Formats: sequence, structure tokens, C-alpha cells
Amino acid sequence: MDWMAWTGPTAIFFVVIASLLITFTVLAIKFPETPRKGVLRIETTRGDRLFITLLGSAFINLAWLGMGGSPQWVALVICAAYAAAIFRWV
Amino acid sequence: MNKTVNQKAWFLILPVLILVAFSAVIPLMTVVNYSVQDTFGNNKFFWVGLEWFDEMLHSERMWDALWRQLLFSGIILAIEVPLGIFVALNMPKKGFWASFCLVLMSLPLLIPWNVVGTIWQIFGRVDIGLLGYGLAKLGVDYNYTQNIFDAWVTVIVMDVWHWTSLVALLAYAGLQSIPDAYYQAAKIDQASRWAVFRYIELPKMAGVLMIAILLRFMDSFMIYTEPFVVTGGGPGNATTFLSIDLVKMAIGQFDLGPAAAFSLMYNLVVLSICWVFYTVMTQMDKREGV
Repeated sequence: MDWMAWTGPTAIFFVVIASLLITFTVLAIKFPETPRKGVLRIETTRGDRLFITLLGSAFINLAWLGMGGSPQWVALVICAAYAAAIFRWV
Repeated sequence: MNKTVNQKAWFLILPVLILVAFSAVIPLMTVVNYSVQDTFGNNKFFWVGLEWFDEMLHSERMWDALWRQLLFSGIILAIEVPLGIFVALNMPKKGFWASFCLVLMSLPLLIPWNVVGTIWQIFGRVDIGLLGYGLAKLGVDYNYTQNIFDAWVTVIVMDVWHWTSLVALLAYAGLQSIPDAYYQAAKIDQASRWAVFRYIELPKMAGVLMIAILLRFMDSFMIYTEPFVVTGGGPGNATTFLSIDLVKMAIGQFDLGPAAAFSLMYNLVVLSICWVFYTVMTQMDKREGV
């Protein structure tokens, strides 16, 4: 595993992503749901909303960094609000 | 008849999972790891945090490559999609010439990317290439190695030559699936040729056209081999598209960290566009299914 050049923060990052995916898979099996239509006028399931959240969060973090925002954890707070909005309204 | 629950078949996809893990997931994770570190070789890495992302976001070189890339994809889509539809509309519907056209159209698709590049590289040369030599004899000042405009025209015409038939074949498949009854009804209503196209053919082709646009956009957005062989990204940086710039950075300069940050952002853009297309396509299917 040496060649993969692991670091603590990236390991935590992947563990968080992996556990999110596993959690949502288990949720989808245990509590099946019908897709719903939100403000985007597209049918989404929990998994879709997770995908939109993660993809959007990446862009929010990059935008925050690009606009010279610091510290970076503020971007994570914005992401949390964004995630809540996605799961509530999309 | 009672069916017993047997989920053992899931194990049959294990080989695929392992293959994907080694060919995609593990390399992607490694790239993420590289993107937050610096290296001087020898597999020694130093933590730099988000420095590379910051640097890349403010790098004029990356933004220039991105705009060039979007311009290229936009131009080839604007040419290939209408041209492909036009070709498909004019292809014979059945008989010997239909098969002949299909084979003819699929020929460019069978040629490997680097061969296409080599063909056009030689074809466009002023000293020995038919196109370059011919244009020079006609008095046109054409030189794709020195003139930015000529280089762009060459790369775009090459892509159009290589890939328009993909759009045409997909559109043709969409056209073939329209029952004759639609055309007969249009004839009774004395619909004009344009109305037939606008209200019968285009809606019926919409699904396959979305696939064609998605394929062509993604392919052109990630294009590497053809422009690399023809122009090598030049003159200057005029045809240095994202992939070419990325390879220069990662392998040419061995800047693994910045290149990793660059490729992750590149990947994010590709992923978002894919998601938009995928969503639009599945929504269209659902609406048709109702």
C-alpha cells in the first residue's frame, strides 16, 4: 500500500464516503421508498439526493477555496446547509 | 410454483468488482492521495494540504485549457449533430444502397485514434499531403503547424470526419423505427417537409440524439490522441486541450500533486455533465413511458 501514498486526512475522507454509501445502501434495503419529485422537477431517491449532495459539496469546497475563503471548514458548514436543503426540497 | 430465494448469483459479479477496483477505484483513490502531497520522486511524499487545488484554481494555464476544450466541444457538436441528422435523412431506407451507406459510414469509426491523427497529419502537410499541397497550389496560405486558425480548422475537420457518422448512424436507427403510418397521416394532412421533420422525425429521434450528443460531448471533452498526433498541442498552446495539458503536467513535468488536483477537478466537471445528461435521458424515457 506504500505506493498509494496514504495520508490520515484522505483516509478519513474515504472512510466517511464509504460509510455514507454503505449506510444509504442498508437504508434503501431496510426501508424501501418511492421516488419523489422536488423543486428540480426530477424524480429522486435518497441515493440520488446523496449523489447530488456529494457532487455539489465538491464544487462548494472548490469555489470557497478559489474565492480565497478561509478557513476551509466554513465551506463544510455551507455544505451541511446545502445537504439539508437537498434532502428537504429536492 | 414456489421460488426459493437464492442470492448466490451475486458472487458471479465478484471478478468484475475486483477488476473495476484495480482499474478504477484504487487508481482514483491514489490520485486523491497525490493531490494533497508533494513529491520529489523515490516515492517520498510531503503533506501540502489544499495548496495544489488553490494553485490550480488560480492557474491561468488550466482555465485557458478549459475554455479551449469547451470551445472545441461546442464547435464539433454544432457541426456534427446537424450534419449527422442531415446525412441520416438523406440515406436510402432499404436495399443495396442502404447497406452500402451503412458500411461506408462505419468505416471512419473503425480506425484507431492515433491512425486518424497520422492520416490527417500527413494529409495536411504542405510538402507531401494532398490537402496541404492542394491548398498551397490553389494559393491558400495553409499551414497547421504555424497558423493557429489552420490548426483549429484541421483538428475540427478531423473530428467531424471521424465522428459525424456515429451521429448519423444513431439518427438513422431512430428514423428507421418510425412506423410508416406516421408519414401516411402526414401526407393526408398535406404536411410540409419541415413539419414532418419537426413534429414526427425530430421527436422520434430525440432519445438517440441525446445519446449521440452525450457520447460526442464526452469523447470530445476527453480528446487526447488525435490533436496530440496532429499538432502536439501547438502552435504554442493553441490546441492544448485539457487531456494534453494534464499529461504534460503529470508525465512531462512530473508534477504529480498539481496534476492530481487538476485531474480531480476535470473529473468533477465530467461527472456533473454526465449526471445532467443521464437525468435528462431517464426523465425523457419516463415521459415517453407514460
